[in-house]
Amino acid sequence: MEVLANVINGSIVFAVALALGALGGMLSERAGVINLGVEGFMISGAFFGAIGAHYAETLNLGGLSPWIGLMTAFIFTGLFSFLYVMATLKFKADHVISGVVINLLSANATFFLVKLLFDGAADTPRISNMFRRINIPLLSDIPFLGIAFFRSYPTTYLALAIIVIGSYILFKTPIGLRVRGTGENPGSVDTAGINVYKIKFWSVMLSGSLSALGGATIVLTSNGNFSFNTIAGQGYIAIAAVILGRWKPYGVMWGALLFGFAQAIKDQIQIFPSFDAIPTEVFYLLPYVITLIALILTGSKSKAPKALGTHYDSSVK
Amino acid sequence: MKRVEKVLELKNISKKFGEFYANKNINLEIGRGQIHALLGENGAGKSTLMSTVFGLHQPDGGEIYVYERQIKIENPNHAIKLGIGMVHQHFKLVEDFTVTENIILGMEPKIGHRINMKSATKEVKDLSEKYGLKVDPNSKVENLAVGVQQKVEILKALYRGANILIFDEPTAVLTPDEIGELLDIMKTLVAEGKSIVLITHKLNEIMSVADKCTVIRRGEYIKTVDIKDTDENELAQLMVGKTISKQLDKNPFNPADKILEINHLHLVSKSGRKILDDVSLTVHGGEVLGIAGVDGNGQSELVESIVNMIETNTGEIKIKGQSTKGKSIRDIFESGVSYVPADRHKHGLVLDKNISENLILIEYYKKQYNDGLNLKKMLIRDEGKQKMQAFDIRAESEATIVRGMSGGNQQKVILAREISRNPELLIIVQPTRGLDIGAINFIHNQIIRLRDQGVAILLVSFELEELLSLSDRINIIFDGKIIGQVDPNNTNDTELGLMMAGKGV
Repeated sequence: MEVLANVINGSIVFAVALALGALGGMLSERAGVINLGVEGFMISGAFFGAIGAHYAETLNLGGLSPWIGLMTAFIFTGLFSFLYVMATLKFKADHVISGVVINLLSANATFFLVKLLFDGAADTPRISNMFRRINIPLLSDIPFLGIAFFRSYPTTYLALAIIVIGSYILFKTPIGLRVRGTGENPGSVDTAGINVYKIKFWSVMLSGSLSALGGATIVLTSNGNFSFNTIAGQGYIAIAAVILGRWKPYGVMWGALLFGFAQAIKDQIQIFPSFDAIPTEVFYLLPYVITLIALILTGSKSKAPKALGTHYDSSVK
Repeated sequence: MKRVEKVLELKNISKKFGEFYANKNINLEIGRGQIHALLGENGAGKSTLMSTVFGLHQPDGGEIYVYERQIKIENPNHAIKLGIGMVHQHFKLVEDFTVTENIILGMEPKIGHRINMKSATKEVKDLSEKYGLKVDPNSKVENLAVGVQQKVEILKALYRGANILIFDEPTAVLTPDEIGELLDIMKTLVAEGKSIVLITHKLNEIMSVADKCTVIRRGEYIKTVDIKDTDENELAQLMVGKTISKQLDKNPFNPADKILEINHLHLVSKSGRKILDDVSLTVHGGEVLGIAGVDGNGQSELVESIVNMIETNTGEIKIKGQSTKGKSIRDIFESGVSYVPADRHKHGLVLDKNISENLILIEYYKKQYNDGLNLKKMLIRDEGKQKMQAFDIRAESEATIVRGMSGGNQQKVILAREISRNPELLIIVQPTRGLDIGAINFIHNQIIRLRDQGVAILLVSFELEELLSLSDRINIIFDGKIIGQVDPNNTNDTELGLMMAGKGV
């Protein structure tokens, strides 16, 4: 039982990073801009999260440091997404290619910056003030459920709040209606007198920042520093979670939990001697294999925004 | 007589695209509670004029008055604020949204931060009941028939407080039942004090609902008439104008064997509209059969079904006595058919290839052009050079990319390719659209030359003059139906105009 509770708890830890990354991807795609750059934005988030927290520590800010890391990731990756905004909106570059470029740029630029800032080191210095698990009083003492659900990092609760609020905004408010309309048929949004460009602009900007929180979460809860392979493809899994979750915040959450579960089971299953015969590489493959199977099973039913990947030109009717 | 309040007035409106006047000194007065039809052929400038009123572009001259106040309409938003609504021909709807969501988009009622969906739904319901539109506010647009989607567009304009509604060819996409319903809705709207501008080229619609009709021809204002003082003959005459019909010099009409035979062709769209309705026709060797009609009456579907680009529901097409069923496009071309499509950029040419490459697009696979692995480049270039000369294609060399060439020269490339294949049947659609007089004459002479050689020619055109001067017989197509045949030497504009507008004589 305790193993299962640990698996669930571990799933949630991994899932939070994926969910935040995926929420960013979802937002941009809801506004019609394909976002393959999630990986790059998560890398950027992890990097800025690490150095933000590190410099906060050197300023003796102690327990505030991880929060400052999180904010640094949010703000600076927002600025970084401006590049993606320029490429896809202003210069009407192909979204897929621009996204891949963002990923390459992000991976290599952060690697270079780490070397530059920390005397040629491959990793950022380890942070001592990371986010700590919050044991919710009483609830965390419930057998099984307590371990599984009520001993989590503050970022987990933050992610949950973003999902709840995000879903409300997307489906209940005027701005959500307009964002969804933009992804489906920008022509109708335009003729309704709404600035399509502005909606896309802010959706993509915020998209990068949200994904960055996912990257920063990994550094500030489990890894403790940033290196070249901190993210290692999780951005792509996050994109899979967007598709699996059918571009809906709660759907994205379940998608992220599934992939988080695959990661957690990889860690827990190795404890058992009976699985010794299976090479560890097989377990490491698990998350990716599950991603692939999930996409194959849901692919045909999945409904992407209709105008996804197109450039809107108001002069063409 | 009671003075009718003017809700919209245009004075001397002109709009130029380059050197070409799409509208020239057009005057229009729309009265409150009236349906005012705007009649003209394709390209007469109706839509350009209404786009100006809706603020989609600025006029180069003239004044616009809304409620007798002169105003410069900056953009569609401004037009909407002035109470002008447009029902576009191509709907601007989000298919994934409900009817209500589509209607309130951009003007959402709120409680706190959230959309007040309850009051929005009720408002949409009330509006649709008031004007007899019968639309369920909660259904998703993608599940609605085309006619209902159009009602959603009307509701969108009404929700935004439109008092002047512009309908851009609203019946083009509708089934006959839906058309009747729409015309009733228009009458309800004006009874409630709205004013309507109806852009159309269908005379029966104008006669049944309009109060007044303004005719535009080639961008110029012709006349405004009261419907009660006019008839369809006069309107047709005004729309078509006086065409100078001059038959070109050609051999006496001497039809040979049947080359193309079409029997009872039917095609129904997904939404249930009849696109081709029992079309039957024949073309003989040595004759030009002209197909007259306003764009969008089934012409393109007709020719595309002859070359098997689209599949029809029922009916039979025979070329030289052989059914085309199951044949590939290449099979059909190899059986002696040449095809000059209406859209030369989309279907006629590969724009980023050069002249000689475009000249072998249909036959590149044949032994004469390749040795099994490589194209015979030298031969293809030499042939390109010859054809450029024979067809008077003016460009730097046979290696010139066709994208940058003029429309006339591009059309000559297609013509050179299709004529050089020595067809027995030439299908040629809108051969001279947008070309200058020199290119037009050249192409007309080529068509006559082929006819005199015994080729069967099916000519689809929207230009009456062209049809009258080239054809041996003219069939008129309307709403997917061949509604009549005329002898070009023995017809007049009124007769043709009436038939093109759906009034069989």
